[in-house]
Amino acid sequence: MTAHHLLSLAVWLPILAGILVLAFGGEERPGATRWLSLIGAVLGFAVTVPLYLGFSNDTAAMQFVEMATWIPSFNINYHLGIDGISLWFVLLNSFMTILVVIAGWVVIEKRLSQYMAAFLIMSGLINGVFSALDAILFYVFFEAMLIPMYLIIGVWGGPRRVYAAIKFFLYTLLGSLLMLAAFIYLYFEAGGSFEILKFQMLPLPLGVQILIFIAFFLSFAVKVPMWPVHTWLPDAHVEAPTGGSVILAAITLKIGAYGFLRFNLPITPDASHTLSGVMIALSLIAVVYIGLVALVQNDMKKLVAYSSISHMGFVTLGIFMFNALGVEGGLLQMISHGFVSGAMFLCIGVLYDRMHTRQISDYGGVVNTMPRFAAFFMLFAMANAGLPGTSGFIGEFVVTLSAIQVNFWYAALAATTLIFGAAYTLWMYKRVVFGEVANDHVAGLKDINCREALFLAVLAALVLAMGLYPKPLTDTMHASVQQLLEQVSTTKF
Amino acid sequence: MSMHSLYLLVPLAPLAGSLLAGLFGRQLGRAGSHTVTILGVALSFLASLVIARDVFAGHLFNGPVYTWLSVEDITMSVGFLIDPLTVTMMLVVTFVSLMVHIYTIGYMEEDPGYQRFFSYISLFTFSMLMLVMANNFLQLFFGWEAVGLVSYLLIGFWYTRPTAIYANLKAFLVNRVGDLGFLLGIGLILAHFGSLDYATVFERAPLVAHDTIELVSGSPVSLMTVVCILLFIGAMGKSAQMPLHVWLPDSMEGPTPISALIHAATMVTAGIFMVSRMSPLFELSETARSVVLVIGASTALFMAFLGIIQNDIKRVVAYSTLSQLGYMTVALGASAYPVAIFHLGTHAFFKALLFLGAGSVIHAMHHEQDMRNMGGLRKYMPITYVTALIGSLALSGIPPFAGFFSKDAIIEAVQASSLPGAGYATFAVMAGVFVTAFYSFRMLFMTFHGKPRMDEHTREHLHESPWVITLPLILLAIPSVVAGYMAIDPMVMGNYFGNAITVLPGNGGLHVLREEWHGVGAFMAHGVTALPFWLAIAGIACAAAFYLKWTGVPDIFMARLRGLYTLLDNKYYFDRFNEIVFAGGAREVGTGLWRVGDMRLIDGVMVNGSANLVGRLSARLRRVQTGYIYHYAFIMIFGVFILMSLWFVKA
Repeated sequence: MTAHHLLSLAVWLPILAGILVLAFGGEERPGATRWLSLIGAVLGFAVTVPLYLGFSNDTAAMQFVEMATWIPSFNINYHLGIDGISLWFVLLNSFMTILVVIAGWVVIEKRLSQYMAAFLIMSGLINGVFSALDAILFYVFFEAMLIPMYLIIGVWGGPRRVYAAIKFFLYTLLGSLLMLAAFIYLYFEAGGSFEILKFQMLPLPLGVQILIFIAFFLSFAVKVPMWPVHTWLPDAHVEAPTGGSVILAAITLKIGAYGFLRFNLPITPDASHTLSGVMIALSLIAVVYIGLVALVQNDMKKLVAYSSISHMGFVTLGIFMFNALGVEGGLLQMISHGFVSGAMFLCIGVLYDRMHTRQISDYGGVVNTMPRFAAFFMLFAMANAGLPGTSGFIGEFVVTLSAIQVNFWYAALAATTLIFGAAYTLWMYKRVVFGEVANDHVAGLKDINCREALFLAVLAALVLAMGLYPKPLTDTMHASVQQLLEQVSTTKF
Repeated sequence: MSMHSLYLLVPLAPLAGSLLAGLFGRQLGRAGSHTVTILGVALSFLASLVIARDVFAGHLFNGPVYTWLSVEDITMSVGFLIDPLTVTMMLVVTFVSLMVHIYTIGYMEEDPGYQRFFSYISLFTFSMLMLVMANNFLQLFFGWEAVGLVSYLLIGFWYTRPTAIYANLKAFLVNRVGDLGFLLGIGLILAHFGSLDYATVFERAPLVAHDTIELVSGSPVSLMTVVCILLFIGAMGKSAQMPLHVWLPDSMEGPTPISALIHAATMVTAGIFMVSRMSPLFELSETARSVVLVIGASTALFMAFLGIIQNDIKRVVAYSTLSQLGYMTVALGASAYPVAIFHLGTHAFFKALLFLGAGSVIHAMHHEQDMRNMGGLRKYMPITYVTALIGSLALSGIPPFAGFFSKDAIIEAVQASSLPGAGYATFAVMAGVFVTAFYSFRMLFMTFHGKPRMDEHTREHLHESPWVITLPLILLAIPSVVAGYMAIDPMVMGNYFGNAITVLPGNGGLHVLREEWHGVGAFMAHGVTALPFWLAIAGIACAAAFYLKWTGVPDIFMARLRGLYTLLDNKYYFDRFNEIVFAGGAREVGTGLWRVGDMRLIDGVMVNGSANLVGRLSARLRRVQTGYIYHYAFIMIFGVFILMSLWFVKA
């Protein structure tokens, strides 16, 4: 295969692996199922590495482009490509899939092959979302991706999984129909083309832009999720199995913010400016309001879920500052949040696998029996609290610097996360990890095994590496972000 | 070895020690762990000495190590600025750290977390060095937060103690309040100066000196004042100035060596260092300096009062630290930055000495910290006693001990200041002298003099501490005696700091101090005739009277002044207030938003409400579908009738 088909490989290889796992794996062959899944996930990631190595930082144009006719009668194409904005999400997604496979290795006892297949297939579909350049192709991936996640929550989830799965499904389906309508409108405006890049160049009157903006907004805001359409996320997280939570937090939330960058800003720049006040307000509400709500959670997963919403508030805040610091800060925050929230959910999963509870009050003094785990958890907790030297710091720092250029009070409100983020994360850590051994269950805990140490150590290394040297990440973003900022500052009517 | 690699060696040697002890502590064993960490810090200290010689030979350095991040034309790097201010801090940090490392061998010998402890204190040394060596705001903030992290880890070192893990969370969160201000200050600097590099920012500072910013639209305020006050809020957190001081007394829950290293000598002085480093900015805002002055003076006096009533030996030293940090802050407010750094240095020596001395006592007393159960220890622990006496004399400001010079210089600088609030500050630092001498000697007398009050078993086992503990005491006692005498002339009066510190002409005390300078001898001669000296003597005399001679007097005072005692005993109710208003308030608001906002309004009304609405509408609609043919037929005919009517009307 040549470099021309790398993106197709990134999309279809995991899906193919998933189908193979379904076909050849099974209850009676757990070993084969696991190894097949792991090989699929590793290969899926391996094909994305050349995307970074061969990526050119100098151009804002789409790279690794693939183009084939799909449905000629409507001029729908199989058109893939990535730029500095989408590159990292393809890598992040493919990488996290490996960790999810390892994390589910022995923990999943029922329908193992279906579990692994769901993640592999979802991984391919998500890569499709991030690399699709045809609106209908994007829409298909965007919707199809919901199905494996819906199944993961609905089949392997907790006691209220059906409620959570349906809430998740309906919530996220809500906006996407309007998005489809917007696509069809733009199709006719563009003279019969679903090319996203053509949409970005269409002149549109302000009124139309606002309607299209709202259609996109409903679809993406739910995904991010922004306040007040966020309440599906804590429920989905609490009920989802660990792997589901990891992908949900690390990847699927990013699709919402990616949508804003790919659709709202360049297609409806004037509406973006007009409505930026609302977007900023919602972002700041997410940071402050959700930060306070996270403080009083009793369930660890709910706490981290709320913390995710609060952290994503920084992403949307950065995006709607319309400056390079803001957008790149938002992108950095998304990548970091992928690692950190993934790690937090994996840590909670480690505890849950042993104790079968996520209630903070059931724990206490875990450090006494699990010192190695406590050290990892401390690092991730500090990253979640935005400590410099970890990846969690960069995004918040850069977005705050960007916000203060626009308005001092935006930055001041956003920066309260320094206090709230530390308060809810470290207070939870104190109650769970520090203190005397709280009960017999904690006394009987066994420290992390090699498999768990492996995925935690890999994430720890990434969190530190990104925190200490984030420059390679932003180097790939500059050109695309610069072009995006030009698009958004050019009026279309 | 080139100077550049030497600069790198200073922070990296302790980091390497920390990583080795932290990751391979089990393999290295106890002796291996303390050897690698002590080696790291010793290397760092020696390298600092070499660099200091080089700097005072006129070789300064300002340059990047690597580019951390770049966005548009903004470059954020990790880089070093090596100038007299930096090397002074480097020497203080590495020297005290080295002493504490050695001391720890004895103090923590029985602790199961031995290797972890060494790893943490070396990590702290690394972080603190990164902070003081920074040449830009990013790295400053980086070090700032990193020392906060290690402080958090070390206060909670004994993680099973509820008080320790309460104290470390509190310390982290209160510091984060300061950091909020600090971060916003840095943000404004980037927004208005276009750079995070010290040199560039300081160069541009005079150009924007008169710029204004509208925090509330329509009422412009001085940009420089806002920036400086925000930065100072950061300093208030780290250097524990009122009202962000509440974490420092509780931080005494950590092992004593770190109280000496982090919570007395180095980390808590980061705020003082930072403001001195930012002198080119602070010099441009009189309002900001006035705020600094008043906050420092309040801390100096009111925290000293609290030292009087403490019975826990470490807490006395802790309140003393708060008060002394207040003195340094006052010096900053009076534009006497070199004096602040001078006091920072002498204080680092004698306060580390006092803490380690207290630790030596606690170690001998089997972890008893209540001075009411001590007494008469001087017979059993002569070295500890003599060094503690030296520390107390230095703290009280008795010539020729180190504290006399730095404290007197502060008082004179404040007296010469003409800022709003200078009168109050002068009174506060004067009164503080009496109180300081009183509580210092109260502590000394209660601990080392009088009749032994401990139980039989403890007394039988009393003995002087091993050499790894007494050696650092002796080595710290030496500068506690001579550092003031030796350093005041070059450091405060001379051009020691060069361009590292800016003091504008006409701004306050330092210039007056220098004009009146006639050498160390004259300074001392003048000192013993001036009021502060006699206030200190009076303080010592009162302490002797109450705690050696008429030991019943304190109880009488306590009974007579019940209300005052209760106020002091509750530390002016700061803790209670924070507990109820901020901690409690945040939890109440959070619960309210969650239960009412998320669950009742969003989920209850919007989500489930719309689901219910759809359900109810469908239930209505279902009734239309009755299944009877004649119903459908009727509706069909009715529909056709309507359509035909419309058609006719239109035609």
